Amino acid sequence: MSASATTGLHTGQPRSRVDGHAKVTGAAKYAAEFTASGLLHGVVVSSPIAKGRITKLDITAAMAVPGVVEVFTHQNRMRTAWRNAKFQDEVAPPGAPFRALYDDKIVYSGQPIALVVAETFELARYVATLVHAEYDIEAPSTDLRAVRGSAYVPSKKRSGINPPPKPRGDAPGVLADSQIRVDAEYYQPAEYHNPMEPHASTVIWEGGGKITVHDKTQGVGNTQAYITNVFGLKKDDVHVVAPYMGGGFGSGLRPQYQLYLTVLATLQLERSVRVVLTRDQMFTFGHRPETIQTVSFSARQDGTVTAIRHEAIAETSTFEDYQEVVVNWTGLTTSCENVELDYKLVQLDRYTPADMRAPGAPTGQFAFESALDEMSYKLGIDPIELRLRNYAETDENQGLPHTSKALRDAYRLGAEKFGWAGRNPQPRSTCEGHELVGWGTATGAWDAQMQKTSASATLTPDGKLTVATASADIGTGTYTILTQLAADALGLSMEAVTTKLGDTDLPFSPLEGGSWTAASAGSAVQAACCKVRSALLGFAQEMPSSPFKDVTLDQVDFKEGRLVLRNNPGIGVAYGDIMQASGLEQIHMEESAARDPAVQKTHASYTHSAVFAEVRVDEELGTVRVTRIVNAICAGRILNPKTARSQIIGGVVFGIGMALHEEALDDSKIGRFMNHNFAEYHIPVNADIQDIEVIFVDEPDDMTSPIGVKGLGEIGICGTAAAIANAVYHATGRRVRDLPITIDKLL
Amino acid sequence: MQDVILGTSVELPQAVMQSVSLNLTVNGQQREFVVEPWTTLLDLLRHEMDLTGTKKGCDHGQCGACTVLIDGRRMNSCLALAVMQDGKTVTTVEGLAAPDGTLSPIQAAFIEHDAFQCGYCTPGQLCSATALLQEGHAHTPEEIRELMSGNLCRCGAYPNIVDAITQVLAQAATPEVA
Repeated sequence: MSASATTGLHTGQPRSRVDGHAKVTGAAKYAAEFTASGLLHGVVVSSPIAKGRITKLDITAAMAVPGVVEVFTHQNRMRTAWRNAKFQDEVAPPGAPFRALYDDKIVYSGQPIALVVAETFELARYVATLVHAEYDIEAPSTDLRAVRGSAYVPSKKRSGINPPPKPRGDAPGVLADSQIRVDAEYYQPAEYHNPMEPHASTVIWEGGGKITVHDKTQGVGNTQAYITNVFGLKKDDVHVVAPYMGGGFGSGLRPQYQLYLTVLATLQLERSVRVVLTRDQMFTFGHRPETIQTVSFSARQDGTVTAIRHEAIAETSTFEDYQEVVVNWTGLTTSCENVELDYKLVQLDRYTPADMRAPGAPTGQFAFESALDEMSYKLGIDPIELRLRNYAETDENQGLPHTSKALRDAYRLGAEKFGWAGRNPQPRSTCEGHELVGWGTATGAWDAQMQKTSASATLTPDGKLTVATASADIGTGTYTILTQLAADALGLSMEAVTTKLGDTDLPFSPLEGGSWTAASAGSAVQAACCKVRSALLGFAQEMPSSPFKDVTLDQVDFKEGRLVLRNNPGIGVAYGDIMQASGLEQIHMEESAARDPAVQKTHASYTHSAVFAEVRVDEELGTVRVTRIVNAICAGRILNPKTARSQIIGGVVFGIGMALHEEALDDSKIGRFMNHNFAEYHIPVNADIQDIEVIFVDEPDDMTSPIGVKGLGEIGICGTAAAIANAVYHATGRRVRDLPITIDKLL
Repeated sequence: MQDVILGTSVELPQAVMQSVSLNLTVNGQQREFVVEPWTTLLDLLRHEMDLTGTKKGCDHGQCGACTVLIDGRRMNSCLALAVMQDGKTVTTVEGLAAPDGTLSPIQAAFIEHDAFQCGYCTPGQLCSATALLQEGHAHTPEEIRELMSGNLCRCGAYPNIVDAITQVLAQAATPEVA
């Protein structure tokens, strides 16, 4: 079925979220909100040291308190799987995944050392303070700059993450001979996802070894597989249900330690248990890795980029080689014959970093898009013009054409909307009151991916349709777009369609992430609905004196709950009548969808963006306000402009946080992040956010996915921090290469 | 994070806390509770009453996800001990709609303007916005942004939240013609 087949009343139209009512009334249930009779509460005790050994762990005082059921430690926990592979989830990087309460070894600050389980939450919280631990402390290494010399190329590639492409041309040679160069170093601190919902698991003991798991996860299948592997349980005994997730941004891709601890306690006690991490503890697992980048590139006077070197050194843990794509974007978005890209890791005594919204992309793009901006001033060429002169028509990293790339239109439309033509190119040229005004731009890019996904569609004689897949809606609008697609596929109102997600009993879906869910789950739902269409026609043909006897699918329409002849829509039959005639209680179809493997070999597919930012910088105070952002997005087909716009705005807000606010501050003496709360780790608040305009550029693409969709979850953040940094330079003449751009760096 | 003082011993705690009874009117219903003094209003709502619409985001009064209305004023329920609310009236997100289920203007405006994504901060935003509208301090988008800044939203729905509140403000300012 082609993309055009689902163009209908709903798809492509701005529609309100179908889960909106549940979310504005408090009815939507998140992981910590499921309950059971006799539910126990667990509170995690965290290590204050970053490296060493537990020499004494005394739980006597804790256990003496009435109402305490158990204090789990490495000394009394049940046995779990032995091999590392059993702990490796769907997106685990190479290495040995962290195991909570495994032994006496401490490998990072905040590591869980005990789980207190009690009859009430308050009691567990109190008793956690009574667990007494003593340590043999070793000096931790958490200062990335100090140990950058130990950087290495990871020996084992992380599945799904492309290492830098082989060098093309002779970048070092050309750079050495070039007069016009930019050479600079960029720094991005560790950042934490900080979804508003803390990580939580509620595990219901169903008896007979069966459990129902409500986990904060971006993939119920990943949670289920982790539990069955680690605890040696059967798939049938582990039912994972997570219909809502209070924000993920990547933090819910890998199973986090509270899941392991909750399942462990439930199985060992044979009682239902809930564990919710505190906000402080949300800073004790994966994060966007601290990264140092060096960029050298050269250009001719006409702006042609002649050579690029871009190297990133990023932190990982001592036990896993986390990898993301940081530098490849540079070779993708700029056409250049001589390119050398490097990506290395440094081990620190921290938890393994994790994928965080567009992992790697805004990091690498901050560096290179800042360098491009710097070059534009050197050459006296407008930053947009410089990008157009080096426009990459193809993916030069892979030597493949794009399935579509409308980035030129994005530059043009974004610039028009922003009023870019009126920009005075001189830095510090505009002052309003006590504020310097600056305009900056940057390019963003992210993969347009699709993963094999299955879905079901069930039609009942009352004309109601239920579509289902085990994917997740983490705020992305998945419930809504699937409802739109299904309603159009069968000519129904959206009210007649129910979408089910987040349940391992539903057809298989991989993790929700990487911006692939709309393309993947959307294509799967459409494919399942198409099977229902075929079935309806088939059954209609069997009806006595059927007008559909000799017609094919392309000669009929599915409209307003009826199968009708396309060239004579007056002739038709209601779905209920078709099903009644065949004695059917329902038509249930399941189908999978995946990217065309031929296209995968011959084409590359990405989303792109052109970001324009206006900042106002108080000359005396150094405070930066982002007063305007225009983000022109090329992402193929847009299923729902309303929820799509929200996705991009959300990404831009994340990017503003990256540019101006977010920084996990390390105290390298004790190897610990000091600002592990919302008062000290700043994320944008309402007053920080002003005008954000989103433009969806027309970008027809019939190759990227069966429904022409490329995905939107990440592209909004890509390039945003760079555009803001470039605007700050234009406003102040100060080039800040060290994120976040705080007051101290501007005074 | 639990800061453990290295090498010190701890005394055994008082085993039993003295429970206290209190009366609360929650979403129009009067209820009597016996609670321990260390119970916050947030945990009472979520654990004892199963009113899980009110969210816990930080437990430190830093994020606003737990915002409820206490005697009509917006408060962080994570910072309010339950025992101190005796005799008070509490409205949570579950109590914002009319008894027949008709959504309040701000709830409807949140859906219309897509003023949320994951939905986790939404109950707090709604309670906060409900009080904001009654306070009468906010007249411009800038004032709304400032006075809604106690409610964090990591999905970044802020512009849509401001639009939703602006719309309800405008509706309130324009009396309907009968």
